[in-house]
Amino acid sequence: MKILVPLKRVADPDNANKVKPTADKVDTSGLEWKINPFDEYALESALRLTEDGKAPKKRLGEVIVVTVGPKETETTLRSALATGADRAIRVDAEDDALDGRMVAKALQSIVEAEKPDIVLMGKQAVDGDTNQVGQILAERLDYPMATFAATIQEEDGGVLVSREVDGGVCWLRLKNPCVVTVDLRIVAPESVYSLKTDKSFKHNDGVRFAALPAIMKAKKKPLDVKTLGDVAAGTELTAKYSKFEPPPQRAAGVKVADVAELVQKLATEAKVI
Amino acid sequence: MADALVVAEVADGKVRKGTFSAISMAKKALEALGGSFSILLIGSGVKGLTGEVAGFGAAKILVCDDPSLANYTAENFAPTVAEVGKGFGLVCAVASSFGKDLMPRVAGRLDAAFAGDCADVSNEGGKVLYKRPMFAGNAYGYCTLETPIQVATARQSEFDGAEPSGGESPAEDVAKVAPGEAASRVEFVKLEQVKSERPELSEATTIVSGGRALKEQFFQVLEPLADVLSSGIGASRAACDAGYAPSDFQVGQTGKIVAPQLYFAIGISGAIQHIAGMKGSKCIVAINKDPDAPIYQLTDYGLVADLFVAVPELVEELKKHKAASA
Ligand SMILES: Cc1cc2nc3c(=O)[nH]c(=O)nc-3n(C[C@H](O)[C@H](O)[C@H](O)COP(=O)(O)OP(=O)(O)OC[C@H]3O[C@@H](n4cnc5c(N)ncnc54)[C@H](O)[C@@H]3O)c2cc1C
Repeated sequence: MKILVPLKRVADPDNANKVKPTADKVDTSGLEWKINPFDEYALESALRLTEDGKAPKKRLGEVIVVTVGPKETETTLRSALATGADRAIRVDAEDDALDGRMVAKALQSIVEAEKPDIVLMGKQAVDGDTNQVGQILAERLDYPMATFAATIQEEDGGVLVSREVDGGVCWLRLKNPCVVTVDLRIVAPESVYSLKTDKSFKHNDGVRFAALPAIMKAKKKPLDVKTLGDVAAGTELTAKYSKFEPPPQRAAGVKVADVAELVQKLATEAKVI
Repeated sequence: MADALVVAEVADGKVRKGTFSAISMAKKALEALGGSFSILLIGSGVKGLTGEVAGFGAAKILVCDDPSLANYTAENFAPTVAEVGKGFGLVCAVASSFGKDLMPRVAGRLDAAFAGDCADVSNEGGKVLYKRPMFAGNAYGYCTLETPIQVATARQSEFDGAEPSGGESPAEDVAKVAPGEAASRVEFVKLEQVKSERPELSEATTIVSGGRALKEQFFQVLEPLADVLSSGIGASRAACDAGYAPSDFQVGQTGKIVAPQLYFAIGISGAIQHIAGMKGSKCIVAINKDPDAPIYQLTDYGLVADLFVAVPELVEELKKHKAASA
């Protein structure tokens, strides 16, 4: 099993309220770069799919991580390598010079060269909040896809995926090669099973963290660099941002003393009941 | 001059309400595009639904009714949507789980630029300017899409559903386009629906949401309150992750975006990701035992209390109020 996991670094999402939208950009200076949480979950899922759930962990396949971004994004790739990915690819590009369509085209070339069984990625990057690259990529490759995956079970030559959709859960069976984008619950203990993992096995809740020796070893794992021209020649930016602004601020209201006062205010002041 | 196409979302034999928000976005985009808008009904048995979307000012209602479209997959729908979309300058739908899944795939097929989850559109010198929430709603970005066909989705809570404006909208059949290889490699297995008598979160005028603090008593505590308020029920991620509430109850940046008249956050701390999904609500109430919980930074009315005591009291007080005002 060979899995490709596209990753993006984002400004610390737990401090997203500290971003400063200015006329021409969203200033994130002062915020730490973090791996996009959904991509972190995709990486965890990819590792689970290439293991047997036994200790010590045996690698049963290959996980390749790829990012499109400037040199500093190699830190994100290295930490993914330390967590367990086998090798990395960076496509050199400036963040501002990219949109979802360009990233999808760059990834398409890499998929065509690497021929993974599954492209496993986050459902959305929590900076742009666009939720588009996986779907565009799948269409361009003419691959089947399952977005918003809550569980993935490997089957012979494919995967059975449950998806979180409005009003319930939708189950799809895909044949490889395919694209799967993951949702939050994919890192629950019983959400991802490779063919070799016993169904009674429970993963640790959440994502794994790299051990110190692994961080050292990750420095020696292969990391290839390509240019945008190598993988997406002739593609131009077509989603053009011209301005940014902060959202309207909500003023904090009052604290009420008790339930009676709350009901009275809702009825007479807010007039919502 | 260009026209817009609205892809209707159909579920359980009905046009979903979010479709009318997409119609509103399309109509507003026409101020820049200049043309008219049409509606695409796609699915199995959708021919009978033309009446639901007639009278909103559409130039045409295009109908692709085919038994092989009974169970939605993007692989099976996108080729037809894209083919029909070729005659338009903008192809749009609501940013529901349907629109979010399908529309970027349609954009990929058309090599079109995509703007997802838009909060507004305006006319910027003859171009459609899309306003998009980013960074969990902590910034708005404004963009134009520079491809011959543009694809976008509308955030339902930001566009009021279109009102009927009268007029004729002639229906016209369109043929299903044979899907590609991808469609033969995906099998729709089943849809497990969570049926509820309560209003859907995207449509509810009042929502009571519960957090991690509710524990296994999530429904036991919240149902009586939801009953007396005739409200929808939502949840924080922590409550969904722990299995206290189904996943599709999740309100937030990566769950449902809601903007009811009245929102109750009960035992919810107010994480950035949760706030992103409900701060558009008109009136926000929080019940939390921690007076410094971040949720209080945006509530209209905060009640510092143990929810297990306060919520049952609130139910009684609301009943009294109802009886008195009846
Ligand atoms: C990628 C990503 C996406 C996310 N998306 C979302 C999202 O869409 N929606 C979302 O909600 N979260 C989301 N989260 C999670 C978010 O960061 C928080 O972890 C989550 O919202 C916390 O849920 P909570 O408020 O229920 O729990 P907690 O933060 O644990 O808060 C519980 C609250 O209950 C109060 N409390 C406890 N006992 C009582 C009592 N007896 N009476 C009254 N009050 C009590 C406490 O004071 C506390 O404030 C996301 C996180 C990530 C990383």
